[in-house]
Amino acid sequence: MQAVKYARAESVEEAVSLLQDGGAGARPLAGGTDVIVQARERTRDIDVFVDIKHISEVVAIEHGSDGSLTIGAATPCYEIYGDDSIAENFPILVDSTSLIGGTAIQGRASLGGNLCNSSPAADGIPSLIVLEAQVEIAGPNGRRTVAVEDFCTAPGQNVLDSGEFVVKLHFPAPAESSGARFLRFIPRNEMDIAVANAATQLRLDADGSVAWARVAVGAIAPTPLLVADAAAAIVGQPLSEDTIAAAAAASSAAARPITDMRGSIRQRVHLAGVLTERTIRQAAERAA
Amino acid sequence: MVTAQSQPQSKETEQYNVIGTRPIRHDGVDKVTGAAQYGADINLPGMLAGRVLRSPHAHARIVSIDTSKAEALEGVLAVITNADFPRASDEVIDTGEGTAQLNWVLDNVIASDKVLYKGHAVAAVAATDHHIAEDAVELIEVEYELLTPVLDVRDAMVDGSPLLHDGLHTGEMDGSKSDNASNTASHLQFTKGDLDSGFADADVVIEREFETSMAHQGYIEPHNGTAYYRADGTLDVWTSTQGAFVVRDSVAPLLQLSPSQVKVTPMEIGGGFGGKIPVYLEPLAGLLSQKTGRPVKLTMNREEVLLATGPTSGTYMRVRMGAKRDGTITAADVHLAFEAGAYPGSPVGAGAMCALAPYDIPNQRIDGYDVVVNKPKTAAYRAPGAPQSEFATESVLNELAEELGLDPLEMRLQNACEEGAQRADGFTYGIIGNVECLQAAQESPHWQSELQGPNRGRGIAQGFWFNIGFESSAYAQVNGDGSVPLVLGSTDIGGTRASIAMQLAETLGISAEDVHPHVVDTNSVGYTQVTGGSRTTFAGGWAAYECAMDIRRQMEERAAQIWECDASDVSYGDDAIIRGPADEDGNDQQFTFKALAAQLVTSGGHIVGRADVNKTSSGPAFATHIVDVEVDPDTGKVDVLRYTAVQDAGTAIHPAYVEGQMQGGVAQGVGMALNEEYYYDDSGDLKNASLLDYRMPTALDLPMIDSIIVEVPNPGHPYGVRGVGEVPIIPPAPAVRAAIANAIGVHMNELPMSPRAILDATVLGGD
Repeated sequence: MQAVKYARAESVEEAVSLLQDGGAGARPLAGGTDVIVQARERTRDIDVFVDIKHISEVVAIEHGSDGSLTIGAATPCYEIYGDDSIAENFPILVDSTSLIGGTAIQGRASLGGNLCNSSPAADGIPSLIVLEAQVEIAGPNGRRTVAVEDFCTAPGQNVLDSGEFVVKLHFPAPAESSGARFLRFIPRNEMDIAVANAATQLRLDADGSVAWARVAVGAIAPTPLLVADAAAAIVGQPLSEDTIAAAAAASSAAARPITDMRGSIRQRVHLAGVLTERTIRQAAERAA
Repeated sequence: MVTAQSQPQSKETEQYNVIGTRPIRHDGVDKVTGAAQYGADINLPGMLAGRVLRSPHAHARIVSIDTSKAEALEGVLAVITNADFPRASDEVIDTGEGTAQLNWVLDNVIASDKVLYKGHAVAAVAATDHHIAEDAVELIEVEYELLTPVLDVRDAMVDGSPLLHDGLHTGEMDGSKSDNASNTASHLQFTKGDLDSGFADADVVIEREFETSMAHQGYIEPHNGTAYYRADGTLDVWTSTQGAFVVRDSVAPLLQLSPSQVKVTPMEIGGGFGGKIPVYLEPLAGLLSQKTGRPVKLTMNREEVLLATGPTSGTYMRVRMGAKRDGTITAADVHLAFEAGAYPGSPVGAGAMCALAPYDIPNQRIDGYDVVVNKPKTAAYRAPGAPQSEFATESVLNELAEELGLDPLEMRLQNACEEGAQRADGFTYGIIGNVECLQAAQESPHWQSELQGPNRGRGIAQGFWFNIGFESSAYAQVNGDGSVPLVLGSTDIGGTRASIAMQLAETLGISAEDVHPHVVDTNSVGYTQVTGGSRTTFAGGWAAYECAMDIRRQMEERAAQIWECDASDVSYGDDAIIRGPADEDGNDQQFTFKALAAQLVTSGGHIVGRADVNKTSSGPAFATHIVDVEVDPDTGKVDVLRYTAVQDAGTAIHPAYVEGQMQGGVAQGVGMALNEEYYYDDSGDLKNASLLDYRMPTALDLPMIDSIIVEVPNPGHPYGVRGVGEVPIIPPAPAVRAAIANAIGVHMNELPMSPRAILDATVLGGD
């Protein structure tokens, strides 16, 4: 590890200013579970860490009176899965935050950090995508909002400009009779990076047909993907073996993975379908 | 304090007071409170931080190394390359669980003319802090001429393959060498009977090919080495090692020092499994300290451990085995090609001797090839060579049983070696527990239970490992309060302070808690071989026994002196009562151990017992494992549902630690079976050099492993000890393979049997 400086921001404005001053070598520090490792292994050139987790809105969980949800970008996973209201209304966030790292990592790791690390295999991002999360970004030119599916641009890269960082994530209220589920496949039972992962949110009509759906798949492309064709395959009719199989096939068709030490192309294409099928079934169980 | 007795002793150990009980380990408090000092905990005044520059290439000639920029960096005190070491000869030195040419040892520590694997050390620096040391290695300029990497054992053996070593010729068992240079360092062959007639007698013959990946021991503590070259020309070394004397006897010739000039202090060790026997950092720290006159500490990070320290061999294996319809195995032909890594010395010899060791097969041929490839030099790993070779043979045996419609356990009993059976390598068994293990497995609740549910299957496999003896030393002093410090040279990896102290206590008739074992440096105890080969409780315990017998003799003499009688009239009983002849009044004269201990100082001084044993014998170990798995056919993932390990321990000195060894061996064996592999790209870059992507099983990946200890005492040991550490890693892979086949009907012929491999063999339909 190279010698690094540490700066603690007390406000969003101060953080922006510290990031601007630090230039390319400055990096926001939330839980640090990715960036500290990257600095130590010298895979990312970092001169100064700007600690953002002492800014109250960056570590807060707010429940709107309309059922919407706002989570500060640096809020640690354990606070998210330990929040009763989130567990009740957004259980898919519990799916994701309870399997990012182990228990100790979950004390620090955050959804904002998971998003900004922008790994194709991130276990938080597919859930954010199917929940239609909006990313609130602060920077030298003030604040802007980006749809989460547009945030990542390539492995390790995203839409953040110099001096910008993610402040919080906004989630619309879940509709009646809706359910969402995230699953990942790893060869072991914990402490691993997804070979492939998937999330589905869907809403059922009174007659049991799927009124609306979103499906996202990860680790099968340079960024986590929103798969509109998979959702289209199940919307407008009751779930059946055929519609679920069509959705799975759509996810497999959308996959354009690589072969690496975690999985092969055809394994990932296959798993994109398997996990799409399983998340649809389990999201429907939660909706019912 | 009395010996803790949480569970009753076994039937076989009821005769003993201490052996077979479960006292708390003597090093336990330090370990659980964090007070224990591991290698990286050493900090000395003026100590420098060292760092190693490693090759980014798998196979390249070093054209030039320019260290001038690194040397010019402020805070850098020394930069060394291979050229700074004294020239090493090709003399063969003892490297613990084997031997090696000194120049190969040096070249593996730091490359000379060629780099032979990614991560091969090229240069090392010492600087005032580790940030500077890291910056300095980046300033060293190395010009490489890239060569074609040789990454597969079969490719390496082909005529015309690029050669790793120009001067390497294939050695045969008769001492002859091949005319042409080759990547095959040696070929060995063991034969028995007449193979052709054996196969002619068979009703069913099955032949299979297997490939296994390199696998790392996965000890959690990375390698480390700290050295201080003192003004008087002596070198102090602190390191985590399985063998302090092996470190001494490797470092001394590499630096052209006398062994008496090198003192090695073995620190507490965070796992080894054979991998902490070779030297990597110690010679570099030694030379850097010689250059700077200051202590130098080197530590590896996880990536360096996986890139550059010895895993076990990847292999290509072929087994042909024939049996009669009644299950009698008539012939077996075994071909083993083992990757040695960059320098000769794979464990193929041991693998060959173990391949068919549990079975009395009249006609056999076993060929083994030791082959260099552009991967890290392999090191010992728990029963080196046997998990691979026995995976191949046990797998074919299971398929034969399936083909013949026979119970695989019954078929093993039918062919099992018993006392007097001879292996193809010529060794004849004495009293062994092979059959007893199979019988205990047969009677186990697991084997007697019925397995239900879809995609579930059960498998079984047998394992054999030699265990070894060799040299161990001990001395012990009797203090006035009856406590006994025991001084040992064996690094304590698996509870051997306790298991050795218990044998001393048993022999003296005192409690385990009255013995205080200490592991000391190479100047403070007699020569002791490595903690490896399942030898430490066996040979260390034997040394403790002889040390205790030495104390008993001296205490008899002391009592005779006090009683003014002949020592031959005094006897030290196994109840720790020292009895003499009746006194003038006709009263019995006797001392308890503690009563005599209290009189030692005033009657002539303390008593020190000593022993040095060197045993060529050992106690062969057998194991039978049963496993139930469930396979997810959509993802290829295998979950281990239930596991039972049966093993002959000879005598289980401390049953809890025997169970711990059995469970640990199973965990590592299941890791090799399911997910652990070295994943290289075509350039020879190891792509999964982290514990994130080198997937060892976690606590959630294994059920509680049931252990059944069989005790067939080893007649070649005072307390019947056989080694226990290694054999339990052998049966898991073939047992899991059989269970997968039983679950989904597919026989996997490669390790690991990962989800990817299982999907490829099933729904994704082969290559």
